Amino acid sequence: MSTTIAPDADRTRTATASDRTRAENSLARKLVAPAIVLMLLVTAFPMLRALYLSLFNYSLTAPDDREFVGLSNYVTALTDSLFWRDTANTVMIMVVTVVFELVIGFAFAMVMHRVIFARGVVRTSILIPYGIITVVSGFAWQFAFSNSNGFINSWLPFIGDDFNWFAEYPSSMIAIMASEIWKTTPFMSLLLLAGLAQVSEDMIEAAKVDGASWWQRLWKVILPNMRSAIMVAVLFRALDAYRIFDNIFVMTAGANGTESISFLTYRQVIEQFQLGIGSALSVLLFLSVLLVAYLIVKLFRVDLAAARQEG
Amino acid sequence: MKAWLNRAGMVAGFALILGWCLLPVAWIVSMSFKSQEAVTNGSPGFFPSEGGGAGWQNYIDVLQDDQFARAILNSIGISLIATILSVTFATFTAYAVARLEFKGKKFVLTTALVIAMFPVVSLVGPLFDMWRTLGIYDTWLGLIIPYMSFTLPLAIWTLSAFFREIPWEMEQAAQVDGATAWQAFRRVIVPLAAPGVFTAAILTFFFAWNDFVFGISLTSTESARPIPAALSFFVGADPFNRPASLLAAGAVVATVPIVVLVLVFQRKIVAGLTAGAVKG
Amino acid sequence: MATIEMKNIVKKYGDGFPAVNDVSIDVADGEFMILVGPSGCGKSTLLRMIVGLEDITSGDMLIDGERVNDLAPRDRNLSMVFQNYALYPHLTVYENIAFPLRLAKRSNKEIDEKVREASRTLDLDEHLERKPGQLSGGQRQRVAMGRAIVRDAKAFLFDEPLSNLDAKLRGQMRTEISRLQKRLGITTVYVTHDQTEAMTLGDRVAVMKRGELQQLASPRELYEQPANLFVAGFIGSPPMNFLPATVEGGEITLPFGTFPLPADKADRTAGKGLLMAGIRPEYFEDAAVQADVDESRTFTAHIDVREWLGDQQYAYVPYDAEPRVQDQLRQLAREADSDSLRTQLVVSLDSASQISEDDEARLVIDTDKIHLFDPASGENLTVGL
Repeated sequence: MSTTIAPDADRTRTATASDRTRAENSLARKLVAPAIVLMLLVTAFPMLRALYLSLFNYSLTAPDDREFVGLSNYVTALTDSLFWRDTANTVMIMVVTVVFELVIGFAFAMVMHRVIFARGVVRTSILIPYGIITVVSGFAWQFAFSNSNGFINSWLPFIGDDFNWFAEYPSSMIAIMASEIWKTTPFMSLLLLAGLAQVSEDMIEAAKVDGASWWQRLWKVILPNMRSAIMVAVLFRALDAYRIFDNIFVMTAGANGTESISFLTYRQVIEQFQLGIGSALSVLLFLSVLLVAYLIVKLFRVDLAAARQEG
Repeated sequence: MKAWLNRAGMVAGFALILGWCLLPVAWIVSMSFKSQEAVTNGSPGFFPSEGGGAGWQNYIDVLQDDQFARAILNSIGISLIATILSVTFATFTAYAVARLEFKGKKFVLTTALVIAMFPVVSLVGPLFDMWRTLGIYDTWLGLIIPYMSFTLPLAIWTLSAFFREIPWEMEQAAQVDGATAWQAFRRVIVPLAAPGVFTAAILTFFFAWNDFVFGISLTSTESARPIPAALSFFVGADPFNRPASLLAAGAVVATVPIVVLVLVFQRKIVAGLTAGAVKG
Repeated sequence: MATIEMKNIVKKYGDGFPAVNDVSIDVADGEFMILVGPSGCGKSTLLRMIVGLEDITSGDMLIDGERVNDLAPRDRNLSMVFQNYALYPHLTVYENIAFPLRLAKRSNKEIDEKVREASRTLDLDEHLERKPGQLSGGQRQRVAMGRAIVRDAKAFLFDEPLSNLDAKLRGQMRTEISRLQKRLGITTVYVTHDQTEAMTLGDRVAVMKRGELQQLASPRELYEQPANLFVAGFIGSPPMNFLPATVEGGEITLPFGTFPLPADKADRTAGKGLLMAGIRPEYFEDAAVQADVDESRTFTAHIDVREWLGDQQYAYVPYDAEPRVQDQLRQLAREADSDSLRTQLVVSLDSASQISEDDEARLVIDTDKIHLFDPASGENLTVGL
């Protein structure tokens, strides 16, 4: 019934707009302007500045020796194996953590969706990792993995009590990703839970009646209908993971080749005062985030209208 | 039999989630009660070893530490101001997005979306340079401004989703009922919008409180250094032999306010987190 | 108590599309006026212009003879029940009903009296302290009406107030609204897309299509003397049958045969070529259950489906029509917001009829009551006959 009425209501709204379009447009511009200007001021402006600085050989230790070098900072960065190693690290962290978060987060979402008792308790506790400062999470996991003060070695079978997780690359990466996954899986599961709530029970029951097994219902009914929720969650989380910095800083400080691209950029600028090459890295980081976003949107056909909350 | 299995599965899943969420938290709390000597000599295991407990000593030490207190103050002040500013501007924007028809609505939402995904580390270099020139390096202002780069999109995002749910025709109903435009706004729209604004403020505060990149890059002394950065510099010379239990106590103190907020406003936060991301 | 006069009201969108085009309706004091039509016909827009939520492009809106085009909604002293009830979710039922009185700064004592009275009338006493979210659809509907009746408004406006209720509740609330309106004797304008509501509630009904007023008349007149094809098809359930027809020499030729036509109708329509005949289902009858059957008005038809309702029954008789006629029938159905799947005749028969499905039956047709329409303009050529 309400569907037949909807067009009427829509027209009504357009009609209102047409009369007051001008006034509304100008009011809207006034309301929107401060936020937009501010956002661009704090992002676009520094970014342009970075673009400019990246063309110079500029070190804060010797600011007077600043000289224009064209694109040579980019050439330096792109031909340095460090850049590629760190990019590979970052991509690996992104892929592994997002996959784990997706699987675990979905399992959590299923449990939260079905659980009939103590919903409040579950939903509150799931927010705790989310609310905890990343730095604290990094510390907690670093100490947990530590061979002198941690508990993980004694809890895990096949691992000697004095095994040093932070002595070599693979185990360090595992520790970093554990912290990252622990902290952000709840966010993922909440997004997926909201998506799950959008799948109508009727449809699932219809599939049951049609003879679909639990597994078939999951893959043929539930997941396809959650597609846009999953894709938006993946996009958000992947870009977030690509910017990983806090955990690495706290847990390994980049030791044993565990640097991420964000960490490399930070180190060039803040620790070594190499503003020229650091700015080039900033620009490259920005471009690579854009590229990752583009690839995810294109590859998984993420519905950006859904991400923009139109619908 | 099947129902029993189902139920058992649910209980197991329930326990798993609780374990996942709470174990590391319990761990850090437990660690904060280990004594400094025990940590230096090595005290593996989840709970403080016998004789290796410190009681409340770590907490007393942390709370008496001036740098730590100063960092907490910085974090509260900076996060609060950033939250108020961004929620105010975002409220205007979200109102326009949800309520008004105007050209460029898509542009606003897309800009917020793109900026929300911006790699903040990219900003560190130019800001580091500019802030030193402008003299706001290592000040509250020097952190509040860059915080806008992620708090504003987040607030716009959450608020637009909330405002979209407000039954705006209520305003019209109120006018038919004899209200002036101001009365309709004050008595109908404000009560309906307030929970959304409040939730957006909590989420924004979370994000500001959690910031680390700007906190370590744009400060050099305790005069503006926020708590996450302060914790990370709470190291001593050797990064692999940190005063772990003291740090843990500091971490617990820094986390308590957030956990309390989470506990109290659980429902609203869940709504706020998911509102923007899922069609509804 | 008030009259509402709409004079040549026009509402245009930004793209120039007229949502309401030159509509003039006078609502008398105490009258129950219905605005009905399919979705997008402009009925809600018109209502919102009365209450002042929508600007008027041109024309005059007069309440009690006073031009109100430029008055704000709050200055028009009308009360309105919205389609989704527009209850304030943060206020209790009591405060929802009291809201207009509080705005008018009435004393607490007066407010309490009025709210209690409204709540008694609408049977809401036990829900006064609840929030709208805890109420059922029917209860919300009653709260919305309570809010409308507490303030002595000049007129009630209803915007599809029953469309969110289930069928049974809708029937009950319809009676309730009718009783309330009669008792209060208040001028009422009521928008609906449901022709049953329109026919049962209204003193007069304004039928609209695409922003234009089609006919303004009493329910009986609409049913018996529809001005055009659209009104004829929109009013009545099951809807009127439309059949291609030609009139020649006092006789009408329909797809089922040729039948004598009353002289006055024949005179008006003779020689006009292909016409559209409108025959309501009840103008047919099973020849077997009628005494003194006029043989010249009978025909044999193949009954496809029969629906027995207890007090009467419907039979469906498919027929083939040429594509041109089919197109027009489809167009008509679309305008009235329904689907026509096939060209078929719906006939309403006496419940005693023993007709069986998938069988031949002899039907009699009352050609005295046939309407004949100009297929091009849709105009009823036999109006008043």
